[in-house]
Amino acid sequence: MRTQSLFDRQTTVVLSLLAAAAILVPAMNGLALPGSALHLSDHLVPLLGKYVCFALLALSVDLIWGFCGILSLGHGAFFTLGGYAMGMYLMRQIGPRGVYADPVLPDFMVFLDWKELPWFWYGFDWLPFAALMVLLVPGALAFVFGWFAFRSRVTGVYFSIITQAMTFALMLAFFRNDMGLGGNNGLTDFKEILGFPVQAGSTRIVLFVLSVLALAGGYLLCRWVVGSTFGKVLVAIRDAESRTRFLGYRVEHYKLAVFTLSAMLAGVAGALYVPQVGIINPSEFAPANSIEVVIWVAVGGRGTLAGAILGALLVNAGKTWFTAALPEFWLFALGGLFVFVTLFMPRGILGAASDLWERSSQKLRARRSPQSVTHAAE
Amino acid sequence: MTAPITPTLLYLDNVTVSFDGFRALNALSLAIDHAEMRAIIGPNGAGKTTMMDVITGKTQPSEGTALFEGSHDLTALDETAIAELGIGRKFQTPTVFEMHTVEDNLLLALKNKRGPLATLLSRRPAQEQERIDALLERVRLTAQRHRRAGELSHGQKQWLEIGMLLAQEPKLLLIDEPAAGMTDQETADTADLLRDIARSKAVIVVEHDMTFVRDLGVKVTCLHEGSVLAEGSLDAVSANERVVEVYLGR
Amino acid sequence: MRAAAAALTLPPYEAHFMIVLRNFLQAFVLLLGMASAALAGPYEEALLKFTNDSYADTDAAIGAVAASGNPLAVDVVEALRDGRLLVGSGQVFVRRASGDLINAATGQTWGNPTGELKSVRVNNRVRRAIEAALGSLTLLSPDAAKRLEAARAVFRSRDEAALPALEEAIAQEGHVPVRNALETARAAILLSKQDALHTQKLAAVETLRDRGDQEALALLSNLPSHAPLEIMAAAGKAAEGIRARLAFWQAFQNVWYGISLGSVLLLAAIGLAITFGTMGVINMAHGEMVMLGAYTTFMVQEVIRSYFPGLFGASLLIALPLAFLVAGSVGLLIERAVIRFLYGRPLETLLATWGISLILQQGVRTIFGPTNREVGTPAWMSGALDIGAISLTYNRIAIVVFAFSVFAILLLVLRYTSLGLYVRAVTQNRRMAGSMGIRTSRIDALAFGLGSGVAGIAGVALSQIDNVSPNLGQSYIIDSFMVVVFGGVGSLWGTLVGAMTLGIANKMLEPYAGAVLGKIALLIAIIVFIQRRPRGLFALKGRAVEA
Repeated sequence: MRTQSLFDRQTTVVLSLLAAAAILVPAMNGLALPGSALHLSDHLVPLLGKYVCFALLALSVDLIWGFCGILSLGHGAFFTLGGYAMGMYLMRQIGPRGVYADPVLPDFMVFLDWKELPWFWYGFDWLPFAALMVLLVPGALAFVFGWFAFRSRVTGVYFSIITQAMTFALMLAFFRNDMGLGGNNGLTDFKEILGFPVQAGSTRIVLFVLSVLALAGGYLLCRWVVGSTFGKVLVAIRDAESRTRFLGYRVEHYKLAVFTLSAMLAGVAGALYVPQVGIINPSEFAPANSIEVVIWVAVGGRGTLAGAILGALLVNAGKTWFTAALPEFWLFALGGLFVFVTLFMPRGILGAASDLWERSSQKLRARRSPQSVTHAAE
Repeated sequence: MTAPITPTLLYLDNVTVSFDGFRALNALSLAIDHAEMRAIIGPNGAGKTTMMDVITGKTQPSEGTALFEGSHDLTALDETAIAELGIGRKFQTPTVFEMHTVEDNLLLALKNKRGPLATLLSRRPAQEQERIDALLERVRLTAQRHRRAGELSHGQKQWLEIGMLLAQEPKLLLIDEPAAGMTDQETADTADLLRDIARSKAVIVVEHDMTFVRDLGVKVTCLHEGSVLAEGSLDAVSANERVVEVYLGR
Repeated sequence: MRAAAAALTLPPYEAHFMIVLRNFLQAFVLLLGMASAALAGPYEEALLKFTNDSYADTDAAIGAVAASGNPLAVDVVEALRDGRLLVGSGQVFVRRASGDLINAATGQTWGNPTGELKSVRVNNRVRRAIEAALGSLTLLSPDAAKRLEAARAVFRSRDEAALPALEEAIAQEGHVPVRNALETARAAILLSKQDALHTQKLAAVETLRDRGDQEALALLSNLPSHAPLEIMAAAGKAAEGIRARLAFWQAFQNVWYGISLGSVLLLAAIGLAITFGTMGVINMAHGEMVMLGAYTTFMVQEVIRSYFPGLFGASLLIALPLAFLVAGSVGLLIERAVIRFLYGRPLETLLATWGISLILQQGVRTIFGPTNREVGTPAWMSGALDIGAISLTYNRIAIVVFAFSVFAILLLVLRYTSLGLYVRAVTQNRRMAGSMGIRTSRIDALAFGLGSGVAGIAGVALSQIDNVSPNLGQSYIIDSFMVVVFGGVGSLWGTLVGAMTLGIANKMLEPYAGAVLGKIALLIAIIVFIQRRPRGLFALKGRAVEA
């Protein structure tokens, strides 16, 4: 079981790196003295936390695209919905400390002259409820959307296009003040999470560590899923959908299950993202954002899980650097990346690396037993 | 119309399929018994593949009856449900899961619970491994068990697909051109294998290769323009004037 | 306040308050002297009232001047309107547009007036009086356009004093539209006139009902409270009729807006129908081809403005072939450089072309800047056509006509040229076409160039109604895909029906749901629709599609 052992090694590497991040980042921020080369300044912690959330989002996209061939161009919608669920909790935590000092209503509702809290805001002052919604809202949307789409066998680019339309429609809807979710400005000016100030360095460290833990958990979950027979069916669907049907598998059920799971993961990523960046607004629904996630996965290598994480981190670090140093060129770089990766690195960094590794190990085996290679070359 | 009580496993009556006015199947009728092997021959466009599409639920006929085991209406079911009834299909071009290992291909085909939850939580019992080993042995791919299916030769893929069919433990196997692209030896071996299978299961084989059909030594149905032209032993069918006419042209 | 108002209409050297006051006193003294002279007729007498610097007197003077029948009356009132009626030394002067001064009383040219002159001030009440007076004064003008204008002015002012002039004008008016306008004006006056005859009022209601527009409706539904019950009832019925008529035209207008939006969608999507339809290529950079077309138009107009200003009217016609070439060759380049390596991998193509769209957007942003660029509208495209109760702007009409022409031409190209034949062959069965000796890769490239070029042409049209900015294409891409997918991939007719259906549905929904909700509803409807019919309205059938 050669592939199996590769996966196991990959899991070890990913988990150790994440553990290292969870230990080193707090240490470098809290213990290393400011000014020393090892010191990590305060503003970098939420930035890294943001990358980690993006990595989880990329992971969720890789689960469906890499293993089941479902290219969603609307995964940002699930991420943003998760973010809104968390944002609503954070809004309720502001309490009377808003500009208008209304004990119940968030500022934007007072501003719109609303008299009472809309029904769908009930319960969001309680974190466990909000956390449940972080999973349920994106999950429910994905379930309903997927149920319709997969049942009628909407596949390939058609599916991609309608997911794009879905997130676009959500963006338009959330821009409306009538939605009761802050319209244009979205939800922001958060104060506390579970009683801890959102802006405080220590809170941010905790949020960062939580994000890393969520990523590690998400990774393990995905690894378990793709390693199971279920995962093998997913790959079978990706490579030969109708063959899988003729074997007696209900392809639409599999797609629906993995799509919903993936949407929930994206929702968790969004929920962790919001307290770290301090705002969630409808522009997160923009179709362009969702497409960008796909390129993170493509850069790292689709269908590898670890590649999704790697790609998200690399591309976002690149984006941070470019937008600071050469803002004019970021879109050139990103656009070029899309073209380059699809043309020259269809399997991404990890794919290319594993090809290289396989080729060299084949050579190695060839030197040991020439016979088996001639056989393999048939 | 009441469903006829028949002992036949598969019963097609008056099945018609039209694509934009073109009749791919024209009032086709066919009956297959339990544990019967039937070879279907016919020139290109005779409707052989469309017939398989109807039986497996890929295509809905515009008219006609398709019953399995006398009671299951195949025209009302989709591919998955029909596969679950016990009809397995091998495609003309070998379709295996190229990124999976040979072993995993068989594992996916094994008769097991097919639901997402079941596969997510499944543990592989030892007897499952034994069944896979036995299947590998039967289709002679034991040495290749850990290789990716995509790396197999054409003939090996054909055999793997037959192995997958067997793993499904179907009551009826539809096999589309199993000998295509095989060496003579492989063709003969395949005929042996199919005869062996036909001892316990019903098999429909679509084939162009007359030597292969002769090797099978079974009842032959010749299709032409979507209907049955002739039926009987190969010798009888090939002696049929109209069959000769269709094959050789006027 | 008064001083400030005066200062606004006076030359600056006279703005000082003291000077104003002195002039005021001077005028007053002179007036006393002249009043005793009092030899003049009603016109001259009325003129003198302008010198009083009182709004009430000015108002009265306007009426009297207009009623006097003096040939100079129009000049005087127009001069008053334009601030060219001057008073000084107890006399009234009109400054002509040429700068000459004439004496308002005699019409003689006046060289150098003694003392300083100031213009007669107007307020809103005076302005209304001016409009009414001008209305009745120009009712008899030899120029039909002026008469029409006058009739409308009277209609708006509803000045009872204009009634005799109106009657006279109606009696001798030969031009039908002017006569209609005059009659509605009379009807409006009669309806609000307390002592008008019963029959006159009923006739007025009828006239207004025939006029049948928003203004007539407003008049009929806001009758003065003194109106008799019978008139009220008649007016109510007439108003009902007008409402029904207006509702019809409103619906017609919505449909027209829908067709207009549908044409825009058709233009944006039709190129996509070719590239997506023939090659199954999802070109996410399609919107940017539209944008390139729009920027080409901008460049063409820039060059024309600087070097050949006379050609401006033809700028769009010149831009059309250029936009086709620019967008078409960029498309060809993209196809050769990127897309051809990705055939059979639609999802990768989608990503790569998205990357290209980002590059093109940023490229245009770097060259032309991120802000909107001004693309002018040639004179022949501005203005509007009045039909019934609505008016259709010429540029919208032009876009609708243009969209349908492009559609027709493409249909002909695909039907009757060998390129079209090859393209259709490739669409239906790529492998078969290839084995028959059609060089599919060349057809792909040409079809892609054609689709992109058509997108560029669409950009020329869209530059007339949308902001020309680097984001232009982005705003169309989702809509265009919706159109193509809804209509059915690979079918030009499907694209036409899709575009028109979506356009009209959008505009019909808008009045009820609002623009945003309407759009959301439509998106959801399409999503549901695609799930019912995954291949769209006009799906290709048969074996080839599944391959």
